[in-house]
Amino acid sequence: MKNFLVNFAIIVALAAGLVGWILLPWYAVLALAVLVALWLLLTRSGRLALAAAKVGIAGLPQRWGASSVIVVGIAGVVGVLVAMLAMGEGFKATLNRTGSDDSAIILRGGSQAETNSVITRDQVPLISSLDGIARGSDGKPLVSPELSQVVNLPSRSDGTDANAQIRGVGPQGWTLRPELKIVQGRKFGPGLRELVVGQGAMRQFRGIEVGKSVMFANQQWTVVGEFASGDSHDSELWADADTLASTYNRQAFQSVTVKLEGKDGFRKLKAALAADPRLKLDVLTTRDYYSKQSEGLEKLIKILGTVIGTIMAIGAVFGALNTMYAAVAGRAREIATLRALGFRGLPVVVAVMLETMLLALLGGLLGAGIAWLIFNGYEVSTLGSNFSQVVFQFRVSPELLWSGLKWALGIGLVGGLFPALRAARLPVTVALRAA
Amino acid sequence: MKYLHLIWAALFRSKTRTMLTLLSVVAAFLLFGMLDSVRVAFNSGGNLAGSKRLVVASRLSITQMLPYSLLPQVEAVPGVKRVGYAAWFGGIYRDPKNFFPNFSVSPNYFDMYPEYSLPPAQKAAFEADRTGAIVGESLAKRNGWKLGDTVPLQATIFPQKDGSNAWPLKIDGIFTVKDAKRKGEENQLWFHWKYFDEANQYVNGRVGWYIVELADVNQADRVGAAIDAISANSDHETKTQTEEAFNQSFAKQFADIGLIVTAIMGAVFFTLLLLTGNTMAQAVRERIPELAVMKTIGFSNRSVLWLVLAESMLLVVLGGLIGLALAAVLMPIVSAGSGGMIQLPTVLPQTWLLGIALMLVIGAIVGALPAMRAMRLNIVDALAGR
Repeated sequence: MKNFLVNFAIIVALAAGLVGWILLPWYAVLALAVLVALWLLLTRSGRLALAAAKVGIAGLPQRWGASSVIVVGIAGVVGVLVAMLAMGEGFKATLNRTGSDDSAIILRGGSQAETNSVITRDQVPLISSLDGIARGSDGKPLVSPELSQVVNLPSRSDGTDANAQIRGVGPQGWTLRPELKIVQGRKFGPGLRELVVGQGAMRQFRGIEVGKSVMFANQQWTVVGEFASGDSHDSELWADADTLASTYNRQAFQSVTVKLEGKDGFRKLKAALAADPRLKLDVLTTRDYYSKQSEGLEKLIKILGTVIGTIMAIGAVFGALNTMYAAVAGRAREIATLRALGFRGLPVVVAVMLETMLLALLGGLLGAGIAWLIFNGYEVSTLGSNFSQVVFQFRVSPELLWSGLKWALGIGLVGGLFPALRAARLPVTVALRAA
Repeated sequence: MKYLHLIWAALFRSKTRTMLTLLSVVAAFLLFGMLDSVRVAFNSGGNLAGSKRLVVASRLSITQMLPYSLLPQVEAVPGVKRVGYAAWFGGIYRDPKNFFPNFSVSPNYFDMYPEYSLPPAQKAAFEADRTGAIVGESLAKRNGWKLGDTVPLQATIFPQKDGSNAWPLKIDGIFTVKDAKRKGEENQLWFHWKYFDEANQYVNGRVGWYIVELADVNQADRVGAAIDAISANSDHETKTQTEEAFNQSFAKQFADIGLIVTAIMGAVFFTLLLLTGNTMAQAVRERIPELAVMKTIGFSNRSVLWLVLAESMLLVVLGGLIGLALAAVLMPIVSAGSGGMIQLPTVLPQTWLLGIALMLVIGAIVGALPAMRAMRLNIVDALAGR
């Protein structure tokens, strides 16, 4: 009964401890590690614990089969967790890199994405004359009326149709996005049915290599170049806005991207837009616009990854418990001898815990390492908010690896604690007599 | 069967170990049950009844609309029983994050989906109401809508003629989908295409896609080709697919769910193999003297092999069944708890089958080595503890 109550109290404390542990910032973890190390090295019971742990760890190679259950189990949890979160992280990173604070996108009021937006041709000169828009060296305002057209292209992986986005840009489109670099071929010529393809799209779709021609709406388009931008524009195909509009019989544009003038350009532009009753439009900095698009998916992946990781972690905890109970039972005599020699409860508990944590750390490193090796930079695509494919790469960031290790140690903590308590409670006389 | 008692006793010889292993197996199959059901539901946009329908959409892209004038021509194609049409509206209710599909539909659209059910009185009310709408049950529950409520749908693409984005629609009916796999389809709102066509500012006489019901399922290819031929070389070329293929091509573009599920379950089952394998190895190692005694009193090598194999299979199957059952209980709870935001199917029959097959295979693999060891035991050595 007493044991039961104590165990119950420990479980409650453990649950609280785990939540705190996951939330703990790195410097607190470091401080904790230093404290534990100091205790181990400087106090008498600490040194005893260290000595007892050394005995256990020295015996590990003999029990490698059982010990590998802990290592592999935890590696699995950490690997899956890190890989899932890296997917969300990569998507977010790609969209957050897109856009900047010194340019803004103007959309029809109420529309959430370019696909839904309409900007009529007569609105463009009105927008161009607004306050807050920067001017080029020739004194003309830097604006690019754009339209986006979703087209079907065969995907490279299996040839089925997938949605690609063609962005029609105005003559200033390139100036507005200086991060775009032509890496092969040249830019499209104004008024010509020519395309420049982003490098992400190039890898995603078939038949759009430089020099090839493709049919859109019964018209032949030639791919004349490839560009790289390192952000979500990489998934797009670019063409001249007016040519694209005439191909698809489109009278209106969908968005206007503008360069902002100075620091408070955005504020001025927003005020000017609100003051003009002819323009019912929304304006966002391009950075805000693109980062908003990643929110939903990133959150979904985070929740999914955590749920899957938690279920796997529960399974791994049972595996670790099993192994450590077996290890403690197998070494009952050894532990009883230590106790008979005068080792008290705490050093014995700490020794078993240290052993488990070491295995957990190994597992965590293995899992995080495998996830990093396989998935860092792994390229996938999904449907973005414009109904077209956005290509992005998994991003295994140091923070993710760190949180993976924290999960591993958490599992080790739970998996080691109860076997450790059993070891400490082992009645010495019974254990010594056992076979 | 007569040995069941013996196997059971052997399995629970070490209670702690068996329980812990069992719980790991439960966790693994709980995850399997959930992930695999999601995969199956995601990849099966429609069941067999769905393939009676074809989707005619623009070949150019999903956002391109088709002329309404195509309707009589499609209806005239031999082998076509009836044709419905719809147009994507893309409205939002309160918050853009609160996404659900909403589109305007032709008068006969609902009749083309016999697997959806709607009380006749509500159907009649919807047909009579120009600005009426029908919604799926899950969607209605999630937003707390009742019959007769007016939903202020906000347009994101199509404002009203006066430039306003408000499209108030009155809920005249709430439909349900029986098939558990397709409960997600209750998450939509339909209203009249006629109202949409008359009241919106931008498009006129255009529909998003046509749904064609076939007179004969086997003629899908021929009818599809005939429909596409109507608009060949025009500026509105069409692409006709079965509804299933259409949905799948859409789902596939989101993510390769199959690959993700396979990768995760691969990691899980590999760990599980190691874990239960270790348990079984321990169990046999501990019982060597007992097994030797059994052999001494006449159990053949083969029956000892089967006893150990059966034990490991029982362990995995027991845990697996509990795990899948837990998944079957949990998923509706999650669906209900999220207020319809997340639609998880229950554990589907094919998942049960695949799961049980996996349990038997894993049980057999894990049991193989310990069972061989038990079979090859030399009685004299084992009894002597060598």
